[in-house]
Amino acid sequence: MSYDDPWYDALASGWGEGTGKGTGAPTAVRTPPVRAAGVPAARGREGAAAVADVYLQVQRSAAFQEVRSRYRRFVVPAVVVFCAWYVAYVVTATTAPDLMARPVSGAVNVGMLAGLGQFLTTFLLTWAYARHARLRRDRAALELRWDTQELARGRGGES
Amino acid sequence: MTGNHQALALLLFSAFVAVTLGITTWVSRRRQGSAEEFYAGGRLFSPMENGFAIAGDYMSAASFLGISGLIALFGYDGMLYSVGFLVAWLVVLLLVAELVRNCGRFTLADVVAARMRERPVRIAAGTSSVTVSVLYLVAQMVGAGSLVALLLGGRSEAAQAWTVVGVGALMVIYVSMGGMRATTWIQIVKAVLLLGGTVVLTVLVLLRFHGDFNRLLLTAAERSGHGEAFLAPGLAYGGDWTSRFDFMSLGLALVLGTAGLPHILSRFYTVPTARAARRSVVWSIGLIGGFYLMTIVLGFGAAAVVGPDAVRGSNAAGNTAVPLLALDLGGGAGSTGGTVLFAIVAAVAFATILAVVAGITLASSASVAHDLYASLRRRGGKPRSEVAVARVAALGIGVLAIALGLLARDLNVAFLVGLAFAVAASANLPVLLYSLFWRGFTTRGAVWAVYGGLIPAMVLVLLSPVVSGSPESLFPGVDFHLFPLQNPGLVSIPLGFLAGWLGTVTSAEIPDEAKHAEAEVRSLTGAGAV
Repeated sequence: MSYDDPWYDALASGWGEGTGKGTGAPTAVRTPPVRAAGVPAARGREGAAAVADVYLQVQRSAAFQEVRSRYRRFVVPAVVVFCAWYVAYVVTATTAPDLMARPVSGAVNVGMLAGLGQFLTTFLLTWAYARHARLRRDRAALELRWDTQELARGRGGES
Repeated sequence: MTGNHQALALLLFSAFVAVTLGITTWVSRRRQGSAEEFYAGGRLFSPMENGFAIAGDYMSAASFLGISGLIALFGYDGMLYSVGFLVAWLVVLLLVAELVRNCGRFTLADVVAARMRERPVRIAAGTSSVTVSVLYLVAQMVGAGSLVALLLGGRSEAAQAWTVVGVGALMVIYVSMGGMRATTWIQIVKAVLLLGGTVVLTVLVLLRFHGDFNRLLLTAAERSGHGEAFLAPGLAYGGDWTSRFDFMSLGLALVLGTAGLPHILSRFYTVPTARAARRSVVWSIGLIGGFYLMTIVLGFGAAAVVGPDAVRGSNAAGNTAVPLLALDLGGGAGSTGGTVLFAIVAAVAFATILAVVAGITLASSASVAHDLYASLRRRGGKPRSEVAVARVAALGIGVLAIALGLLARDLNVAFLVGLAFAVAASANLPVLLYSLFWRGFTTRGAVWAVYGGLIPAMVLVLLSPVVSGSPESLFPGVDFHLFPLQNPGLVSIPLGFLAGWLGTVTSAEIPDEAKHAEAEVRSLTGAGAV
């Protein structure tokens, strides 16, 4: 039995267990069904190569490219914006404390508002990301997941 | 402190220990001894449960005691910690959580090693994970020690030392007996207790000032003796450029470090899917954000009600500001209300320390057994169960953390956590981001990225004023500090990214197109995820 697949190599997969330690029925019940439907743990050299092809094929498919670009189109600008806003906050606090100390109303100054603003933007971005992922990505990603696993199982030659 | 405080606090704390030990035994009763069970708790926690557990893992004693203490002493500058600790979660949510859940099994090294030659990458990532965990553990141990010193009054060195030892012993029991399942439940219990305690104190502070946040700030500024300057940046990190750069360095480390913390990454494997991982992060951002907003109120509240001088008098680093605030809010020393509230806060802080310490120990024992031992053990040697190795590793890490915790007990805990974050951001984040997003990343790049961040970070800490050369440092007698900043992040984080890039462009290895395709498809769709 050879382990050519890096994802299921001997090092990573709980070596030395199951020797009379009761990894029997309860584990099987508890394991998510995904695993049973997934790529078989042990397969031959040709099987592994064929499965690698499956991933290349899926990666080039239009459906996957769509999921990936939806993810990137949201994440890249979002990361740039919040990093810039946070760095600007830290740099302003250190280099221009006078600006931060300028009073706005009562004891509340610019710095206090900027700090609380960081909290607010974090909450807003979290909400926006979760919503975007739920509405725009989850369904397509799930379909791709099943398709990929079906293909991989077919090529792997085992069930 | 009077005997009443001690008795009640010890009683409450014993109750927490009893409950958590009960959870541990109950969980280990049905233990199956598989790696899946031990590291990931069976992967069937719900997003809400995991969100609370993540929050429990993250809201450490450093936040509860350290940040409030820093705000009480330095005003606005302490707030940076609250902001940085929260904003960091955007990095986790957007770039790391889902992809890591889809690609890995138990540890950071799983994600990186999948595309690379396994052994060197696993050893590198395992080493850096263990280093970060031990640094973080020391911070928690120091927090436990200073809390006990306050509780028992005076500076009882022996009591402080025994607390550190006791906390270490308990954490080893939790982890080695109960694994991830017990640790997760302990985190959930602790998160609820900590949030409950913080809400009560915040409400009491706001009631004291009749809900007028403005007046709270004004009173704090007035009692601090700094006036308006207390509410603006510059008290702790103003003045010369060295301390300003220190502030930036800290800010960078805080925001980039969270995504490299091994005990946070390992939490994503306790839920069944990437979608559940995302939802648990959303839960935890809500909980953590609320918590840090309240620490701001508590910090300024401690400055306004207790006064920075009293805080400093009790613990020079400010770690005891919140317990003192609780004592005052309850009616002052000697009153029943004060005694009860003080005892509750002390017990909650203890519970916090225990739970966080257990989470980190579990993650680092996973790194030792799953990454280091698996890669370094002799071929053909007698195979031992991975979980058995992890249990022994938990013991070893416990002993190491106790020893270092005793050595470092006079440093501010929030500051120590800042160091751990800097090392995590330098050693773990570059390799993680490169392997998730860079098609051409190679084995050499991965190894260089880890060591290129880890070694500079550790060396700069050793050469910093934290270790030598100033009265507050670890070895005040000698002076070998060559690096001016206390936090190495500003230098070591870019070095980590640079080393990873350099290693990749100089290596002859041609990146495997198929493996990259597999990694990318898996990370975004969850195909084949365990």
